[in-house]
Amino acid sequence: MKRVFAGLLAVAFGVVLLLGISASTGLFSYNEELLDDSAASHYIAKDVNGDTGEIIFGETMDAETGSANMVTSVIANYRSFDTLGEVTVLFLAALGVSLLAGSMDKGRKRRKSGFILKVSSGILFPLMLVTGIYIFTHGHLTPGGGFPGGSMIASSFLLLYLADENFRANVRGFKIAEGIAGTLYVVLGIIGLLAGGYFLINFLPTGVVGNLFSGGIIPIVYVIIGLKVGSEITGIITDMFNEEVKA
Amino acid sequence: MNWFNILEAGVSVLLVAVALAAVLSKKLLVSIIFLSALSMMAVSAFALLSAPDVAVTEAVIGSGLVTFIFVASIRNLGKAGEKL
Amino acid sequence: MIKFASLLLIVIGLYGILSTRNVIKILVGINVMEIGINIFIIAIGFVNGGAAPILSVDNPGSLLKFVDPVAQALVLTSIVIGLGVTALGLVFARKIHKKHGTYDLSEIGGES
Repeated sequence: MKRVFAGLLAVAFGVVLLLGISASTGLFSYNEELLDDSAASHYIAKDVNGDTGEIIFGETMDAETGSANMVTSVIANYRSFDTLGEVTVLFLAALGVSLLAGSMDKGRKRRKSGFILKVSSGILFPLMLVTGIYIFTHGHLTPGGGFPGGSMIASSFLLLYLADENFRANVRGFKIAEGIAGTLYVVLGIIGLLAGGYFLINFLPTGVVGNLFSGGIIPIVYVIIGLKVGSEITGIITDMFNEEVKA
Repeated sequence: MNWFNILEAGVSVLLVAVALAAVLSKKLLVSIIFLSALSMMAVSAFALLSAPDVAVTEAVIGSGLVTFIFVASIRNLGKAGEKL
Repeated sequence: MIKFASLLLIVIGLYGILSTRNVIKILVGINVMEIGINIFIIAIGFVNGGAAPILSVDNPGSLLKFVDPVAQALVLTSIVIGLGVTALGLVFARKIHKKHGTYDLSEIGGES
């Protein structure tokens, strides 16, 4: 009975969704091109503050953001204030997890991990750590950025947890790193406010599009986000693991 | 009918099939593993729709970390907890 | 086609939330729904024949056809938020299990 009712409700919701969406956009086709004056086309051409001509990879100097990856330029420059709020939401979630999990009593249950896992984790851990750092330092040139890079760092710590039952990350160190990264983000915004008149304005020279040292504050912001996300998710994993040992 | 349409149709069918398996399976562990597989299907959908940033993020978070926190939650349950 | 499949994912996720009383299963349903919504947003921003929004040696100029970067930026942050929300929900589920000894909401009852 419950399942029938749930199925009917879900199907009704789907029909409403279909009707509403097919009225405005095609269900089996995609857009042919972006709208002419939409925000997205301005973000692609990097001409929000006025037309500057075509951006050429490896040639254009001092473009508006200087980031070859347009998603990065949206996250860390045009909508950077959004990202600050988003990182705060993640911080609140991690805080809630550690508050709720910390009140449970912790015990230890011996759990043997396999020989292969133990040996290979020693080889894989530095590789994963370096890959994560590479991903968030090259966020303005290649796919990736602070969020996947930080998560990859957290995954490398997860590997250590799985390999060694007695391993515990230095939670206090991660909390300090997370706090410093969050403060630096706000401080960077306030420096922009003093230097350029807007919170989180890109006040550094942006360089040649496509170089490693380009994009003004974008690489700095992404390194900060990477460290913050990495330490937050490592904290979440540590809390879940402490609980899992006891349960 | 070009390659894009064929791949698109294949990924769509797999998405719906894996999602149904994840929601309808009776055991919690099976359900969670199918959720991980659905995440991998979503990665291929994102890559097909030329969104490499999102694909990398979903591959790291959806398939790795989400699966871990789910499995860590049900790992020490007995048989009684695993039924629907 | 992927747009239609993502709408189906949203419906399947809703069915998964409504048809069970197990907290973990409800969280699985929420995750299915979230993946569907993310794919739908990306599919709205897709442009036929558009390149990935990254300037590189292969796509050197900004006058070429690119897909919408704003939708991708939104989904990128939404995935990370989803992880945080799922972790918080699982810890709440763990609290329920610790207090009542079950993940099934119908066995808990109204009184605490």
